[in-house]
Amino acid sequence: MVSAADQKIVLDARGSFCPGPLMELIRGIRQAKVGEVVEVWSSDQGSRTDIPFWVQKSGHGLVGVYEEAGYARFVVKKLR
Amino acid sequence: MRRGDRMPNKLSMVVFSGTVDRLYPAAIMASGAVAMGMDVELFLTFYGLDAFRMGQPQKNQKMDVNYAELAPMLVQLMKEKNVPSWYDMLLKAKEMGSVRVHACAMTLDLMGMKKEHLDPIVDDVVGVGEFVSNAKEGEITLFL
Repeated sequence: MVSAADQKIVLDARGSFCPGPLMELIRGIRQAKVGEVVEVWSSDQGSRTDIPFWVQKSGHGLVGVYEEAGYARFVVKKLR
Repeated sequence: MRRGDRMPNKLSMVVFSGTVDRLYPAAIMASGAVAMGMDVELFLTFYGLDAFRMGQPQKNQKMDVNYAELAPMLVQLMKEKNVPSWYDMLLKAKEMGSVRVHACAMTLDLMGMKKEHLDPIVDDVVGVGEFVSNAKEGEITLFL
């Protein structure tokens, strides 16, 4: 789902279990262009550490992790 | 050494067990490894190979008998929470990175089977020597 306003790709992976949300994010990042922002929503606890670790390791930018009710939003900028 | 400074390049797994509760960790570990940019090698042997006979991945519902009282509950929970099957997870991992699925030549011979009797997710038939030589290149080898 791409909202035209800010060219952000939002992936709702809530209800998906480890490593589902991470896999969704990787797929989203692959499809995105450099400089675009991909946001993944996850209710999986493993994502809290897995996603920031993957983002760091793969050389992208973690814009932020935002806690919501029962899930977290991971906002990632594709840097390469 | 800080976590992430140096990543192992390969995860190898000997998949000996054919019960669903053990096939899940094989598929999940494979997914995690490809997510982290590692190559994955699976060596299917004995019951693990039986679980990859044509048609088996779709119908196998065997669980470890040591957890007979827990297994039905876990199966029910996985269904309720829409957890994808271990087989679908493995297929996705394969789409995402390098996951090689090898059938143990000895087990195939023993069962009188050929590669065409196996699910197409299986890449090839190898001997244990080849698998061990390949596994030697990586830092992690698991027996499931």
